[in-house]
Amino acid sequence: MSSDKSIQREESASFNEHSLSYIRQAAEYGLYEIRGMGAKRRVPSFDDLIFLSASASRYPLEGYREKCESKTVLGTRYAKQPIELEIPITIAGMSFGSLSANVKEALGQAATQMGTSTTTGDGGMTPEERESSKTLVYQCLPSRYGFNPHDLRKADAIEMVLGQGAKPGGGGMLLGQKVSPRVAQMRTLPEGIDQRSACRHPDWTGPDDLKIKIEELREITDWKIPVYVKMGATRVREDVKLAVKAGADVVVIDGMQGGTAATQQVFIEHTGIPTLAALPLAVEALSDMNVLGEVQLIISGGIRTGADVAKALALGADAVSIGQGVLIALGCNHHAYQQADGEEVDVTADYAKLGTAPGYCHHCHTGQCPVGITTQDPALEPRLIPEIGAKRLKNYLQVLNMELTTLARACGKSNVHHLEKEDLAALTVEAAAMAKVPLAGTSWIPGSGSV
Amino acid sequence: MVSLKQLDLTDLSVRQVNEYLHGELLEERPAGVEILNPDGLHSIAAGLDTKVNVDILGHAGYFIAGMNQQARVTIHGNVGWSVAENMMSGVVRVKGHASECAGASGHGGLLVIEGDASSRCGISLKGTEIVVGGSVGHFSAFMAQAGTLVVCGDAGPNLGDSLYEATIYVRGSIHSFGADAQEEEMQADDFEKVTDLLSRAEMNYDAREFKRVSSARSLYHWNADAHQEY
Repeated sequence: MSSDKSIQREESASFNEHSLSYIRQAAEYGLYEIRGMGAKRRVPSFDDLIFLSASASRYPLEGYREKCESKTVLGTRYAKQPIELEIPITIAGMSFGSLSANVKEALGQAATQMGTSTTTGDGGMTPEERESSKTLVYQCLPSRYGFNPHDLRKADAIEMVLGQGAKPGGGGMLLGQKVSPRVAQMRTLPEGIDQRSACRHPDWTGPDDLKIKIEELREITDWKIPVYVKMGATRVREDVKLAVKAGADVVVIDGMQGGTAATQQVFIEHTGIPTLAALPLAVEALSDMNVLGEVQLIISGGIRTGADVAKALALGADAVSIGQGVLIALGCNHHAYQQADGEEVDVTADYAKLGTAPGYCHHCHTGQCPVGITTQDPALEPRLIPEIGAKRLKNYLQVLNMELTTLARACGKSNVHHLEKEDLAALTVEAAAMAKVPLAGTSWIPGSGSV
Repeated sequence: MVSLKQLDLTDLSVRQVNEYLHGELLEERPAGVEILNPDGLHSIAAGLDTKVNVDILGHAGYFIAGMNQQARVTIHGNVGWSVAENMMSGVVRVKGHASECAGASGHGGLLVIEGDASSRCGISLKGTEIVVGGSVGHFSAFMAQAGTLVVCGDAGPNLGDSLYEATIYVRGSIHSFGADAQEEEMQADDFEKVTDLLSRAEMNYDAREFKRVSSARSLYHWNADAHQEY
């Protein structure tokens, strides 16, 4: 037997510290982990793509002098009143219940200031978010918590949610500690009990029914507003085609890096496909059906930067949607929250009480969010002041759009929607195969047969 | 004022009929509206929000009278899936039978089905009162949150699975209960409620013949040992 200590300490690849910790926890508590945020594992992403910006064969636009249009129109297929946005970056659906009312108000204010839309979530529409949002997308979810025709008629678009990237095929669980009297009242359920959100809709079960359901929603709203269909990214090609056949004006595909408020870890890490892989499949499906440009495509799931947005548009998306990044802009995982006078209050100790630290927190499900975002606690909620949150989020969205237009100009585009696949190359074989763009320095697209 | 408005779906589209019901109707204020030749078409009289009597003369398709508010809609025939889906108020009456998901996720109002209803009747119910003259299929009132389902006939398998605060009354046999559903003794207010609903639904039964089913509330908080009960 070797006496070399370093050999004795060699970690097993299969039973590494991560696996040991998982098994011990399962054995001790008999429970799986429920958590917030999105996938932690590294998967091929937009980071693995780069832009082939202009030089001789392409002609760039002057960054600080020449205009680059970012106006985006969604829902042109059937709706009398399509959605017109100033930027191709929307705010994803996140529920009141999961988020506080102050956060919902901040999202609406920031979206309005930037000329974009925000979205309701599982739990219904709050007056605060309707009032603060110029353009509000109303989600129709399987639970139908708080869903009603009053709010439907106040909406600017309807999003029929079939699933989300963090948990395709799964429902939701709002743990009792977040079910305040107001949340309970909106959801027609008792206060303080765990609230299960169904994984499938109660009144239709397949794409043929979905088509009829969408027609019903259009009849009720007199065909005025667009209908989006949102899905977690799994069998993207087939799912997009069925959504188009069902009558979607806009298809929303949420990749596996998408966040959530609370679901099983096993869902977050082991279901769905990466956003990078999902997007080209969705574009191909629309192309196969000859509806590219007629049915718009929104991609979401781990979008963080203007570069991510630009790459998504180059791959064929009409717009992106952001959830987790938006929360981080508001202060999620920050060590402090900001008071009305601008003073920062350090809450590192509150993170420690949850057994975590700033930058590593995924405890949205507990309702004990130290910065007042994913909470219904009357003591914690005021930590997020709507106006301050809105200002931060407006700044973030503004930066994203500036980065997007900067990259578009560098590629010689006067409109962000003119970005194209030919503007991209991949840094890894995996990314090249998923995005179906050439590996950098070659003309090789894995699987295409061409070199 | 028009005494009775007739709209014929052999000449008009569902869109035109609903357009009238959402718009001109509010100005014309007819004593009632008759919709002729529905022939299994979907979404007829969806999204009504006014006090008016609408009679659909024949069999109709899916999502009839969806999200109804205030109106009294009578279907003189059978209906497909999800009649009176997400109803808020008013009365919807089906003179024949209803297919699956009748009254799904309804918040208020009264839904009467004189014949049988198929599976998942009252699924995700949020306050509507449903009276079924005949029997209901499997998984009826699945995850029902609030409101009442009265079944004058028999109930199929897994009745009331994962119920929250809705109550079910069954006159006939119950094939089986779903997770967390249980039979409870009828109390004075149960008899009163069933009598009232039967009267409003124009069903001639005695409330003393009914059994009460509601949630055992054992799944209201996450319990790993419940295993597949969830």
